[in-house]
Amino acid sequence: MATFNLQINGKNQQVDVAPDTPMLWVLRDHIKLVGTKYGCGVSMCGACTIHLDGEAVRSCQTTVSAAEGKSITTIEGLSEKGDHPVQKAWLEMDVAQCGYCQAGQIMSAAALLERNPNPSDQEIETAMNGNICRCGTYTRIKQAVKTAAANSQS
Amino acid sequence: MTLIKTHHNRRSFLKVSAAAGGGMMIGFNWLTSCTPASEPAIAIPNEWFDINGYIKIGDTGLVTIFSPNPEIGQNVMTSMPMVVAEELDVKWDHVVVEQGALDEDAFKNPQFAGGSLSIKLGWDALRMAGAAGKRMLLEAAAKEWAVDISELSASEGVISEKNGERSVGYGEIASKAAGIEVPEELELKEPKDYKLIGTFQKNVEGPKIVTGKPLFGLDYEKEGMVLAMIQHPPAFGMKIRDFNEGEIKAMDGVKDAFIIDTTTEEPIWAETNAFNNLIAIIGDTTWELMQAKKALKVNYETVSDPENSEMHEQWLIEGFDKGNVEESRTDGDPDAAFAKAAKVIERTFTSPFMAHNTMEPMNFFAHVTGDSAELTGPTQTPEALREAAAKLLGMDEDNISVNMTRMGGGFGRRLYVHFGLEAAAISKQLGAPVKMIYTREDDMTQGTYRPAYRSTYKAGLDADNNLIAFSVKGVGLPEGPVFPNRFPAGTVDNYTAVKLGMPTNISTGAWRAPRSHFTAGAEQSFIDEVAELAGKDPIEFRLELFERAKNNPVGEENDYDAARYAGVLELVKEKANWGTSIPGMHRGVAAYYCHNSYVAQVFDVAMESGQPKVKKVWCAVDCGIVVNREGAKNIIEGGVVDGIGHGMYSELKFENGSSVHNNFNSYQLIRHSQAPEEIEVFFVENEIAPTGLGEPGLPPAEAALANALYQATGTRYYHRPFSTADQGQERIEIG
Repeated sequence: MATFNLQINGKNQQVDVAPDTPMLWVLRDHIKLVGTKYGCGVSMCGACTIHLDGEAVRSCQTTVSAAEGKSITTIEGLSEKGDHPVQKAWLEMDVAQCGYCQAGQIMSAAALLERNPNPSDQEIETAMNGNICRCGTYTRIKQAVKTAAANSQS
Repeated sequence: MTLIKTHHNRRSFLKVSAAAGGGMMIGFNWLTSCTPASEPAIAIPNEWFDINGYIKIGDTGLVTIFSPNPEIGQNVMTSMPMVVAEELDVKWDHVVVEQGALDEDAFKNPQFAGGSLSIKLGWDALRMAGAAGKRMLLEAAAKEWAVDISELSASEGVISEKNGERSVGYGEIASKAAGIEVPEELELKEPKDYKLIGTFQKNVEGPKIVTGKPLFGLDYEKEGMVLAMIQHPPAFGMKIRDFNEGEIKAMDGVKDAFIIDTTTEEPIWAETNAFNNLIAIIGDTTWELMQAKKALKVNYETVSDPENSEMHEQWLIEGFDKGNVEESRTDGDPDAAFAKAAKVIERTFTSPFMAHNTMEPMNFFAHVTGDSAELTGPTQTPEALREAAAKLLGMDEDNISVNMTRMGGGFGRRLYVHFGLEAAAISKQLGAPVKMIYTREDDMTQGTYRPAYRSTYKAGLDADNNLIAFSVKGVGLPEGPVFPNRFPAGTVDNYTAVKLGMPTNISTGAWRAPRSHFTAGAEQSFIDEVAELAGKDPIEFRLELFERAKNNPVGEENDYDAARYAGVLELVKEKANWGTSIPGMHRGVAAYYCHNSYVAQVFDVAMESGQPKVKKVWCAVDCGIVVNREGAKNIIEGGVVDGIGHGMYSELKFENGSSVHNNFNSYQLIRHSQAPEEIEVFFVENEIAPTGLGEPGLPPAEAALANALYQATGTRYYHRPFSTADQGQERIEIG
């Protein structure tokens, strides 16, 4: 066990955990931010995607020791009022079915648009391919990413 | 006018108080647990009045509607309350939706999510709940103003005198409406008068989903709660004997470890479970429990022989002769007809075991005390869970409450209740509230899989290319995939269908559109090949068969409406401009009827860098009245993607009794780049009572894809998964 000082959604948080504890479980079990989802634990489904200094990473493979000193953003901190362009586009396209994977999809999409504000279809597919949606909402997700891109530029 | 009886069973619909929902999510007060249908357009009430099991009306006119059925992503939490709101006649932005708890007496509706049945079975109860509420409010106003109820009308939350000045909002009169008796019959709206049903409404939980609010079973938290993880045996046919209990208990973060047994007497179907005895490890954090799981040293005993995929393939072949006949049908004299046929074609289709792989792994919360139990979590069958838990805990069902969280996918997996029972058994032993969670590996290797199938189809054409004989024989481990009374039964004089089962110790269960998804894929691919042999257009060939079934059906027990079946084919033909050809684009079509709805699909596939890409899919759907067009389109689109994904990529293989796939690095699910570029969904417009859509969108997709792939590649795809299975022909690599 060791103490880690984390910056999560702009707030300082201290946790006392083993250094190899993945951020996924620090967030869910210790900070009680459960918007970040567990899907596979091996970085294959993207449900646990968060931002580390603005980059989309899989929190199941990001240890607490690697996250210390970096700016951590979760779905709860993506916007104050749930009005990030990507969140708004997700609502506009009524993307979700079960909704379980969507926090991870949104975090991947938000990071994509941050570095590439006007991605092509292929760039969207490449950036989003690590995020599985078992309900099959992929066509709506792609539309929502394009909608968010368009709305961010207008 | 449509009248509906309000008195069901022994008790009046209205004499039941609104028990549902109260105190459901601990730590959530009403203001945060309610879900506005959109941003509520009116103020939060100070006082609420129970109208009936579905409806609470606040003094400001805000209405709470409890959604009775489990939400697995099929969007019933939006569509079911829409039906209530339609008959109650309130504005949708004056409605907030809450998930109801298990209380079938209050809801007068079977509370389960399965068989695409929520809307079909709930249609009367939902409309009655709304109409009864409206009637009570009208009577209260009539009494207040001392006029006859016939002089009043109600619309969009306001009651008005037809020939007078006075009007009153539902919120103002609600206190006086609570408790009013309604007559034995109620008037329901005619479909032409619907204002809300048939519109596009967004998922009522969308705002919570996109902001990461706690909605799912895995997110559930209760004060004093501990976590538990389980370990089941590594192979089917094995049982746990003992484990290194002392070492595990001494690990950091481990509070306890023990073996549980969830065996009950006379298990019901929902208790399907290969592993009734499990190791449970208890602690405060998931990561520490995962480490403890890795440190387990377990002694197992073998109780039945370990199976492997080679055996399964062999048994599916042997089952053709040795299988247990579960259902069959014969019309005419198929043998004689095949003997005199000018052309005969026979093809065999196969599909391996598959896993459900809901994105949210199995989990459940339980708090079992000496005389009561609270069970909260993701279940498609809360009533079955209560029944099984009552047996397991030796407790009266009345002392067990079951609450439903939103589910991170169901697909049939959560029809089975073992994970709820496991949580209950652990909580009982601990004497504490516990949330039991599976790892992905636990989830994918636990069983309850989609069965493995093999079907052989045979068709005979006469010299004029008319279908004169048809036969299908299908084997499944453990249950066969054939539906003897479905198409093409009724369209051909000489017909035989046999459904056969062979035993396995792999546990299996219902998987989205059980049996239909495989049978549709096989049958509709075969029909495509028969049409080709007959030299006919695949849609025209099917329409000819339905014409026969409409005018002069063979047999009396044909399990479909030929006119509606033909209707979706005609609609998809029109919308997709069938018959036109675009250079480089390859088309396939399929249609299927299951779960009371009809769906036809056309796929356009192009080859890009030697790989097939689904460019566009057209879907034509007949589910009767469409309640929520937005949700309906979304679920059909999902069915298409799911059908492509599982047709192309998914399989579960076995070695030494174990699934060799245990996570998404070895079990392939469809991803963004493999999904269609565009999907369009069209509905047949009619006023037939609505049926469900959770399942019917999936089955035709596999066949429409296979038929388009054939046009693109010249290879017929008989064996799943298409991307890796040997098709026994010259073929190109795809996937």
